[in-house]
Amino acid sequence: MAASAADPRAGLLTPLADRPPAIALSGIDKRFGPVHANKAIELAIPAGTIHGIIGENGAGKSTLMNILYGYYTADRGEIRIDGQPVKIASTQDAIAAGIGMVHQHFMLVEPFTVLENVLLGAEGGFTLKAGMAKARAELAALERDYGLEVDLDARIADLPVGIQQRVEILKALFRGARILILDEPTGVLTPQEADHLFRILRHLRDQGRTVVLITHKLREIMAATDNVSVMRQGAMVAHRRTAETTREELAELMVGRKVLLRVEKAPAKPGRTVLEVKDLVVRDANGVVRVKGVSFDVRAGEIVGIAGVAGNGQSELLEALAGIRPIERGTVTINGQPLASFGLSRPTGLGHVPEDRLRMGLLRHFSASENAILGYQDRPGYSHHGFLDLAGIVRLCRGWMRSYDVRPENTELQAQSFSGGNQQKLVLARELEHDPGLLLVGQPTRGVDIGAIEFIHKRLIAMRDAGKAVLLVSVELDEIRSLADRILVMFDGAFTGELPGGEAEERRIGLLMAGITEAAA
Amino acid sequence: MAGARGELPAWVNLGLLPLLNLTAAFLVAGAIVLLLGESPPEALKLLIQGAFGYEEAIGYTLYYATNFIFTGLAVAIAFHGGLFNIGGEGQAYLGGLGVALVALYLGHWPAVVVLPLAILGAALFGGIWALIPGWLQARRGSHIVITTIMFNFLAAALMTYLLVNVLIKPGQQAPETRTFAETAWLPQIHAMAAWFGLDVAASPLNAAFLIALVCCGLVWLFIWRTRWGYELRVVGQNEAAAVYGGISPARQIMIAMSLSGALAGMMALNELLGAQHRLLLGFTGGYGFVGIAVALMGRNHPVGIVLAAILFGALYQGGSDLSFDMPTISRDMVVVIQGLVILFAGALEHMFRPALAALFARPAAGAAVPP
Repeated sequence: MAASAADPRAGLLTPLADRPPAIALSGIDKRFGPVHANKAIELAIPAGTIHGIIGENGAGKSTLMNILYGYYTADRGEIRIDGQPVKIASTQDAIAAGIGMVHQHFMLVEPFTVLENVLLGAEGGFTLKAGMAKARAELAALERDYGLEVDLDARIADLPVGIQQRVEILKALFRGARILILDEPTGVLTPQEADHLFRILRHLRDQGRTVVLITHKLREIMAATDNVSVMRQGAMVAHRRTAETTREELAELMVGRKVLLRVEKAPAKPGRTVLEVKDLVVRDANGVVRVKGVSFDVRAGEIVGIAGVAGNGQSELLEALAGIRPIERGTVTINGQPLASFGLSRPTGLGHVPEDRLRMGLLRHFSASENAILGYQDRPGYSHHGFLDLAGIVRLCRGWMRSYDVRPENTELQAQSFSGGNQQKLVLARELEHDPGLLLVGQPTRGVDIGAIEFIHKRLIAMRDAGKAVLLVSVELDEIRSLADRILVMFDGAFTGELPGGEAEERRIGLLMAGITEAAA
Repeated sequence: MAGARGELPAWVNLGLLPLLNLTAAFLVAGAIVLLLGESPPEALKLLIQGAFGYEEAIGYTLYYATNFIFTGLAVAIAFHGGLFNIGGEGQAYLGGLGVALVALYLGHWPAVVVLPLAILGAALFGGIWALIPGWLQARRGSHIVITTIMFNFLAAALMTYLLVNVLIKPGQQAPETRTFAETAWLPQIHAMAAWFGLDVAASPLNAAFLIALVCCGLVWLFIWRTRWGYELRVVGQNEAAAVYGGISPARQIMIAMSLSGALAGMMALNELLGAQHRLLLGFTGGYGFVGIAVALMGRNHPVGIVLAAILFGALYQGGSDLSFDMPTISRDMVVVIQGLVILFAGALEHMFRPALAALFARPAAGAAVPP
């Protein structure tokens, strides 16, 4: 059974009924070259339950699930499905064994209808017609049974992400999945959509199916699962009944030490206006208007948070404010100086932690020290007569690595060789240590482990307390709520409401994120 | 974590892997020699003998290598800016025009004035010929690979016209200019050695070789030690990051192409000022294209490019000796061997990599370390 010798409560997860466990893994071991991704994993998931697997990025959750779904094969170990030992060498094997997977990034053909997508790869027969009619009947039954509510003839491109996800679930069920694995399913959902998803999952469970929920969000584990297994650095470190554990205990198990889930901060003391935005309109790369005339300001000594589901114009807004995306209409002034006057170069006094560090904030193949001057390469002091002061830059970078606890403390290592949290700390060090008056921060803790999250949050609060203006864009509602002094909620390119930070009620933010303003609600 | 791989140690990446690729190329070439009924070890011996066996051979090998250093550097510098410059051939051709105009019309000035001006002419004409595709890419989005290829044909057509109708030496049939004045000749190495009382066998090897080595040093300094090189590399690695860092990709693309074209253009110094002493049709002889292979094999690093250039120089020189000594192995066979080297060092560069990675991969130092 799920026996991790060190854990006295390991025996808890004996099957609830007389059915054998839906999934039983024993001794699963996987290495990628020198990286030991899965270390002798023991796991038993009782049939007919919702089982959470939680762990930090890089803890090995995805590797384990990819082994189960046939993307990788384990170096060692045994997989039993419903008590029967199986060999899963490909995804076909996994599907045949009754496993279905809903990926973080959906695998749907956008111009196709829901029905066509579900049928894809399971068409059956020489012409589409016969298969379609049969599938339509089957799907209608499935939808009825599980409350999925999807229009089979709608085009995927026209559906909101929440519904697209249900199509993925439908796809898996149609292929006969008795075990459904969901990889970080709520990343793109509003809290309400997430709640709806959890209701569907409970429905599936009550009909006897088994659900595996992979996530790094403690809130979801507590809200949706029956049991939870915790992974840390490739090992399965604990199994708990969800009802008998707490967020704090799980966080500690994930990180291996006590962590503060909520940062302490004093009330803000806002000063003069630093960033002023008036009627800003921004288009994305395809020419679609993504920011539709927003106005707001950010003052010295406060953190203004912009909440919203990903893709509602926050990214374009942030990039426009940083001067790297053209402004269609409206004005942006930083310390009274119009943004347009800076031309292509980085406005002075502006720090920018971009949303996607590897797309923008760091050069994968550059060393840490070379990355330390990106965006500041033309500042005096970094070069003399055009020649870079390499020794000085390395010294500077080493100092930052020390004070931001970047590991390993090797200035010559390529950026890609650092873990996500350490990469983010490198970006943060660069942008914070150039002493910006205005700091733009996008998704500061995306793909960052809990230990580093705590550190990053403290640093951002410290910037605020030092009298800097901070604009925070994040899709993590918890992050916005714990950091921001004021919250602006963005939906479809416009603000649907402004709330004070701290006591902002999650339900209200959630409604605003879905575009439901007070008047309409 | 999934798929995380250790990096290969530098000596494997830069030493063992190219050596393996080269060995594979020679093994296949050996098999072909065997099919032709000759002895592969004997052919290899003749090839090496022909390239390095006597003083004059070494001179020729380095003379050819000089061309490859220039064109290899040209490809490398564009590559660091994220651009694949296929137009080295045309840029070198136009560089030749720059050289010839200086040598023909200012040839009566003293050498200390003419030679620097000729170098400038080569760089300027080659650079401008590359800047046009660069501008088209930066401002109009026309792909550099397509435009530089087309510019090779344009260069060929333009030069043929100029040589047949304008620059041709009056009263002759061959499309060539008159011989340059001797003040515009680059001194040959055996002549320079004689100044110091050294006796070196005569070969076309000339001062352009030294200029090429200086260019290697300058390119290295520029790419890895200056702010401008840093900005160029940022654009080459990731344009989004460049924009984020306040660097204009369009500007860097134009700078990279100009420098690339200037280096390719300087190849003309070796051929025209160092050896031919006149401008003639098709003097670029494919060196511009081979420069791509040289840069690939030399990992776009000046040191690697010098080594790869010497290898290709040796294939040219040793190859012609070989075809002379072994009549069954024609001149075309030497081209086949060069092709195999390009195939294994370029197109199949990564063939042995997975195996080597499994053998030598060291832990990706950061990947497994917790924060």
